[in-house]
Parts: sequence; C-alpha cells; structure tokens
Amino acid sequence: MSAPSTTMPAPTSAVKVGKPRWFGDALTIAWRNVLNIRRNPELLVFSTIQPVIFVLMFTYVFGGAIRVPGVPYIDYLMPGIFVQTVVFGSLTTGVGLAEDLQTGLIDRFRSLPMARSAVLVGRTFADLLRNVFVVALMAVVGFLVGWRPNQSPLSILAGLGLVLAFSYSLSWLFAIVGLYARNSETAQAISFPIMAPLVFASSAFVPVSSMPGWLQTFAEHQPVSVVVDAVRGLTYNGSTPREVLAAVAWIVGIVAVCAPIAVTRYRRVV
Amino acid sequence: MTAPAILAEDLVKTFGDVEALKGVSFDVPTGTVLGLLGPNGAGKTTVVRILTTLLRPDRGRAEVLGVDVTEDPMGTRMSIGLAGQNAAVDENLSGRENLRLVGRLTHLPSAEIKRRSDALLEQFDLTRAEHRLVRTYSGGMRRRIDLAAALVHRPPVLFLDEPTSGLDPRSRTDLWGTIEALVDDGTTVLLTTQYLEEADRLADRIVVIDHGAVIADGTATELKGRLGSTVIEVGFGDPTNVARASEQLAPLGAISTEGHQLRLSVTDGAVAMLATVRVLDAAHLEPLTLALREPTLDDVFLSLTGHAAEEPTPGEDADATPAPGRRGRRTRTAGAGR
Repeated sequence: MSAPSTTMPAPTSAVKVGKPRWFGDALTIAWRNVLNIRRNPELLVFSTIQPVIFVLMFTYVFGGAIRVPGVPYIDYLMPGIFVQTVVFGSLTTGVGLAEDLQTGLIDRFRSLPMARSAVLVGRTFADLLRNVFVVALMAVVGFLVGWRPNQSPLSILAGLGLVLAFSYSLSWLFAIVGLYARNSETAQAISFPIMAPLVFASSAFVPVSSMPGWLQTFAEHQPVSVVVDAVRGLTYNGSTPREVLAAVAWIVGIVAVCAPIAVTRYRRVV
Repeated sequence: MTAPAILAEDLVKTFGDVEALKGVSFDVPTGTVLGLLGPNGAGKTTVVRILTTLLRPDRGRAEVLGVDVTEDPMGTRMSIGLAGQNAAVDENLSGRENLRLVGRLTHLPSAEIKRRSDALLEQFDLTRAEHRLVRTYSGGMRRRIDLAAALVHRPPVLFLDEPTSGLDPRSRTDLWGTIEALVDDGTTVLLTTQYLEEADRLADRIVVIDHGAVIADGTATELKGRLGSTVIEVGFGDPTNVARASEQLAPLGAISTEGHQLRLSVTDGAVAMLATVRVLDAAHLEPLTLALREPTLDDVFLSLTGHAAEEPTPGEDADATPAPGRRGRRTRTAGAGR
C-alpha cells in the first residue's frame, strides 16, 4: 500500500497549488453537478413526470371547465406549465445544496483554495442545463397534446429563453433557502409554502380576472404571472415590449438581490 | 524547522451559551504527528474546523505554516488537506472523478492531476474500483478515497478528523500504515481520535482535551509515566465488591473503577501486588481476575477525564453528544499521588 510513496517527492514541493479562479472553479462545480444529474436519471425522469401529468390533467380534466376568451386552452396553459415546472424544479437547487452541507462536501470545498462563489454559480448553472432539457421535453409533450403556438420560431424561442432565465433567477432564491435549511427535508418544507402561492395564485392556469379582487392585485403583479404573461404573448397572439421588459426586470431583480445574499450566506454557513 | 507547522494559541469558541473551546493552545513541529485526544464533544472537531478555516475563533490565534488562519484563509487553504468526519467525497462520482474534482479545484495542471490520481489510487488500493461510483464503496474504501482526496494537491499539513472511526480493525491498521508513510515523507499531521491505541501508535505528541480545555499534553510515554509505572487490575463478580475493595486498596495507589473492574496504579508492581493480595484476603474479597500490566493510554485517559468529570462544568450537556463507549466508562477516581 505504501510502496509508491517512497518514490514521491516530499510534500513540501506542493507549490503548484494555484489561486482561485472564479469562472474555472464554477465550471468544475457545474461539471460535478451535471455528473450528479446524469448519475440519478430517475430523479430527472420523475421531475418531468409531474409536469406531464399537469399538462394532461389541465387539458383533459379541468380544461373543459376553464374558458379563456380568444385562446384555445392548451395554448393558454402551456406557458403556465413551463413556468410552473421550472418553479418547482428550482427546489432542487436548494435541496442539493442542503444535501451537500449535510454530507460535509461543502466543508471539503470550503477547505480548498477555490473561489467562494463557485459552489453556487456552478450549481445554478448545472440546474439551468437541466432545465433546458426539461423545458425541451415539455415542449414536445405539449406539442403531442395539441399545443400550437402561432408566433414566429424566434419569438417562441425567446419565450422559452425567458422561462429558462426565470428558472435561473429562482435557483438563486432557493439556494438561500437550502443554505439556511442545512438539510434536504427542511429545505423542501420551507420551499413549498413559498412556491405554492406563487404558482397557483397566478395567471399560470386560470385568468387572474376569475379570482377575488383582493387576490387579483397580488396575482397580477407577482413574478410568476408577469413571466407567464410575457411567454404567453411570445408564443401566442403576440406580446408587447412592456410585458417582456417587466418579466426581464423581475428576473434581473431576483438575481441581483438573491445572489449576493446566497454568496454571503455560503461564506458564513458553519 | 523554526516556526511550528501548526500553532494554536488560546483558542476560544462559543456556540450560543456553550463554551466549546475555553482557551486551547498547542503547537505541532513540522513533520510530526499530533494526536488530539478526547471524548465526543470535547472540542476536537471545533479545533480542526478553526485550523482548516471552516470556523472563526472568537478569540485566540491560529497559524498554519506561519500563515494566520483568520487573516489569510485562502493562503491557509493552499497548504492544507482535510479528511475525516468533517469532509466528504461526492457519492455520485467515481473514485477517480472525486480525485479529479479536488485536483481541478486546487488548480493543478491536468497532467499532474492524472499522475497524482494514478499514484493515489494505486497507493490506496482503489485502482480496480476507480470507475465505480463512491456510493457503491464499502466503509473502508470510502475512508481511503476520502483520505486520497485530501492528498491530491500534496498538502504539507494534513488534518485528519477521526479518520478511522467506524472502521474494522483490518482497515484501521491499513490506514495507519498509510498515515505513517505520509509522515515519513515529511507531512505534518494533526489527528483527532477517540482511540488511544491510534494516538499511541501514530502520534509523536498527544494533547488530551475535555470540555474544551487541554487537560494533558505530552508524549505517550510521558502521559503513561504520570500514572505510575504499573497497573494492577482486579475484577470482581459483584460490583459492590469493587466499591469495598476501592476503600481497602486506596492507600496503595491511585484507583479508578469501571463496572466490575478496579485499576490500581502503583510504582512498585511486585510489592504492590503482594500488598493487594494481602488486603483483599484480609477483607475476604475474592477477585475473579487479578493481573499486573503496563499502563496504557486508556488508564491515563480514564483518570484524566474521570477527574475532570467530577468537577461541575456548565454547558457540558449541549456541547457533548455523549459517547456511550467512553463517557459511560468513567466512574470515579480516588486516591493517592494526584
């Protein structure tokens, strides 16, 4: 077992250890997280089954009872499903971080001379890649059940890009949750009450105008609705620049607020 | 060899109202092994976490290779390796991928990462399992890949937090051999352990801590020397006899008891043995076993922490997750010479 050690130079020659590189380190962590996603394909499969069920349920069960003037319900629904999927999916950012804290992997990272932001930047980046896959898959499922966006391919791609950008911003929000929760169960428990009202008290599945007046104000202006409305316009019947700008503003705002909080928390977490 | 490789000076750390460390000081000369010994909750892990930049001390100074740990954490991280209960590897990566992960995060050139990984996988007998995911590894293999991951960047200072806890005896002996080889190569090691045998075998010097304070410091031989040169062990079938025997034998030397066992530390073994037999005979106490042996660190540990346990220590409970194996063993110490 110790045979090769005699041929190794003395450890005091360890001068090659390099200084932190924020982008390279983030890429390394992203590589590690992507490997993790690939090594747990069942997790990816099950996280896509739930939105597929939502598509089928809303199309065939609730769809008949929901009337949206001027739009076939499936075309109204799909942007909502996309956004709902990435909102629930961003939970994995927080849960994954909490797990790394729990197992002590974060402790190893924090004892290495790597950039302090890398664990978070890398993970959010890996989760973004995962969402690209999930959103593409949802688009296919949607198409199979009759989703027919009537805008230009570029506009539709812009819509899907907006969904992904939104998912990236939420990863930072739930990174904070994961870092405070410290274990995956708590992270999930904290996340659900944040997500449920955002997703359901929104224009994702039903028009806001069908809600009671006091709820409408919230439902109309909260980020999920704003993003859903923009994506809806970009995929069906056209959108106004104002709608898209409002969505972009939310996305940029969430990252600008949450990323520094998450990185600060990561530095301090014990 | 001027400055010590590791220096801890009056480290104080409080969690809430629990004083985890109450002024811990020690130093580790370059190329030597320090064994940090103590029961669960004694503060060993807190010391390691401070020295590896994971935790800031409330007070005191910590240096690794002359670099102040709190003032220049990044500089400290360039020269340390951490393994054990505190650091983990990624279960969903293979053994080799885990080494590559650390190699990349310490910014080694890729050719060097490959060379180091080859050597470490070979050294830790993991070459055949290098492409298997770590989640399929046995406990012993996990510890080995964990230690290997701490060595990728050839850190001159290595922190091992209970590296062998939970390992079977065979894996433990193997790991000891590996650690000895590292020290032969010039690595400075700080090792925390609950196993006295481990400290006895690996450590050049031992610091015993309990309730966040250093209660003894010295070589294994010095620590044993404090307890007299010989131990007489008397076993009884009935624990009540242990108490009676303790009273009778107290004049002969320091006594510690544990269940059915009584240990008597004496300076002149043969004479004390004779005296013990006479005392027991006169008191009509019939032992089941009676043995004369060299003192082990266990004896030192029991008498040291046993003594400390008798003193009221505020905040002990929250700090200490009781270790059934250790804590339950100490009962009381009595007697002469201390």
